[in-house]
Amino acid sequence: MKQNTDNNNEKFTGAEIFVKCLEAEGIELVFGYPGGAVLHIYDELHKQNEVSHILVRHEQGAVHAAEGFAKSSDKPGVVLVTSGPGATNSITGIADAYMDSVPIVIFTGQVRTALIGNDAFQEVDTVGITRPCVKHNFMITDVKDMASTIKKAFYVATTGRPGPVVVDIPKDITEDKCEFSYPDSVEMRSYNPIIEISDDSIKQAAEKILSCDKPVIYAGGGVINSNASEELTKFAKYLNFPVTNTLMGLGCFPGDDPQFIQMLGMHGSYEANMAMHDCDLLIAVGARFDDRITGRLDKFSPNATVIHIDVDPSSISKNIKAHIPIHGDVKAAVNKLSEEIISKNLKPKNIDRWWGQINEWRKKDSFKYNQDSDIIKPQFVVDSLYKVTKGDAFITSDVGQHQMWAAQLYKFNKPKRWINSGGLGTMGFGLPSAMGTQFANTDSLVCCITGEASIQMCIQELSTCLQYGLPIKIINLNNRYMGMVRQWQEFFYEKRYAMSYMDALPDFVKLAESFGHVGIKVEKSSDVESALEDAINMKNRLVFLDFITDQNENVFPMIATGAAHNKMILS
Amino acid sequence: MRHIISVLLENESGALSRVAGLFSARSFNIESLSVAPSEDLTASRMTIVTSGNDAVIEQIVKQLDKLVDVIEVSEITSSDHIEREIVFVKIKDSDTENENLKSLKTNEFLKIHKAENGHAIIECVDSPENVNEFINTVKDIAIKIIRSGAVGIGS
Repeated sequence: MKQNTDNNNEKFTGAEIFVKCLEAEGIELVFGYPGGAVLHIYDELHKQNEVSHILVRHEQGAVHAAEGFAKSSDKPGVVLVTSGPGATNSITGIADAYMDSVPIVIFTGQVRTALIGNDAFQEVDTVGITRPCVKHNFMITDVKDMASTIKKAFYVATTGRPGPVVVDIPKDITEDKCEFSYPDSVEMRSYNPIIEISDDSIKQAAEKILSCDKPVIYAGGGVINSNASEELTKFAKYLNFPVTNTLMGLGCFPGDDPQFIQMLGMHGSYEANMAMHDCDLLIAVGARFDDRITGRLDKFSPNATVIHIDVDPSSISKNIKAHIPIHGDVKAAVNKLSEEIISKNLKPKNIDRWWGQINEWRKKDSFKYNQDSDIIKPQFVVDSLYKVTKGDAFITSDVGQHQMWAAQLYKFNKPKRWINSGGLGTMGFGLPSAMGTQFANTDSLVCCITGEASIQMCIQELSTCLQYGLPIKIINLNNRYMGMVRQWQEFFYEKRYAMSYMDALPDFVKLAESFGHVGIKVEKSSDVESALEDAINMKNRLVFLDFITDQNENVFPMIATGAAHNKMILS
Repeated sequence: MRHIISVLLENESGALSRVAGLFSARSFNIESLSVAPSEDLTASRMTIVTSGNDAVIEQIVKQLDKLVDVIEVSEITSSDHIEREIVFVKIKDSDTENENLKSLKTNEFLKIHKAENGHAIIECVDSPENVNEFINTVKDIAIKIIRSGAVGIGS
């Protein structure tokens, strides 16, 4: 590890070094919450202006905000919390970032090294608790390791398949002193994210691509993480192949392009799932074949040759055997495939018959709904938001029915515009991630599509939004049910709605107002568009739009757990 | 099928937990696990005996390789290799004359140590098949059996 020593012999405390490291790393924003073990660090943050600290109201909110920041920008998110409950409160966010491969670094305070293992006040084994849900974690036990560990933490979090990295810092380390120098490069013999892509696999893949009759490109969040949307789009357009996206991949291929056959999976479109089932060539790009995508594994794409491009080799052939594995960075792999095909001006076979079939399936219009009365259909709100924002907003969501409708109906034309919790499915993600998104995109419109159950899980962050003047628009699809739970109970538990009814709801308008924001209740379908326009026109205010929606609406299509792709419930 | 996976990993605190945690989190089997310093003092070598079909073993190797502390992973049972396990069995001193044991006494891999309180300890270092056979032979007279788990090396 190379080191640049600028300040010969001058010694700094660990807390000073911590802040200098963030500066050296180019970090401008830290989301956090103070506490005993991190007070030295907070004191140093207070003394300078290079690194801003955003005070959240709960540590879970800090991590989701950092996730939103990272997902909607090209920078890692940074979190600072105290020991014990500060660390445990952040676990849900850390696990969320791990499942969705979000590059964030979480600094946790720890009790003094002499107290570790003594059940000290606010002590918890943070490294132990976070181990299964981080890409890597460190504990700093000597102030001399502070700079090199922080450098490594950012390096590991942001390279390869990105993910959360936790750095646990005992309090005494932040007062110990040593010289400061920030390494300008990292070498870790046990971690090498730069992968040479095999030419053989590229050649094999190109051959299949040029000889198939019924191809599908199945693109996921890895395309966005690898900044490969442009390359993938160019490649798919050249080939005229149909493209479907995972929930995490939405926006990596233009949502309004005729080649886009919508999202696939449990609540994906009829055409996407049928195409996945019937295809003879499946090109998986930065996607991981999770169970919400594949449904029943032994009936999944029974006749397809599978090409799987992924930076994480453990994602390849984990659930679905890849016939042609391409291990490497998605962008590099797509570029190599393009060189092999586009640069040589090679043409794929004519697939008009396949498109004919897909267009037949499309006619089912499987995301359709009927807005035929005063009662607001939740889908209509999403549709109207798409119309009013011209498809150009940053949309965050919570988890449940509203998330699926947002994914189905808001057409994302750009990557990093759709910020949601896919893998872990964390209710409470929407509002804090919208804060991070707004911080990363200060002049853009950020909307949080949520439900009355999810929003209450991190509602305290409305206070953070006021403190920092974040003009987020909250689109609350209020059906007085935990909608997705109710839907499953309707389908699979003979309508026994155990605990899925949201009793004793707050008056969201008054609630928003009590936090210093604007609240608007919308009860008639004819008022939806104008309410959205009014909210968006209040450029400097957070507006909480409480849409009272149809209680009985379900998300369709649906593939029941364990069913095959061609066994969709359509209505 | 039984496999031996050899892992070279950074000798950092918590490295063992990362590997053990990975196996429990992903429901992989561990038959035995042994860990000790390697030729490089900053790295440890871990030998894991596990079982599973080819797809499971492929996942185990890939998941281990993904751990940031892991330097090198190899599955050694699919090609030429040597493996050994050490076993201690405590028996009553009087059982050293046991008929079954007598037949094993000529085995060059066996040693019998005198122990306190009228006990004897048999030490056996051998291949897994022979260790299993040895344990079967002595299981009726054994008071305590201590196994190291296998270690192995590709040849």
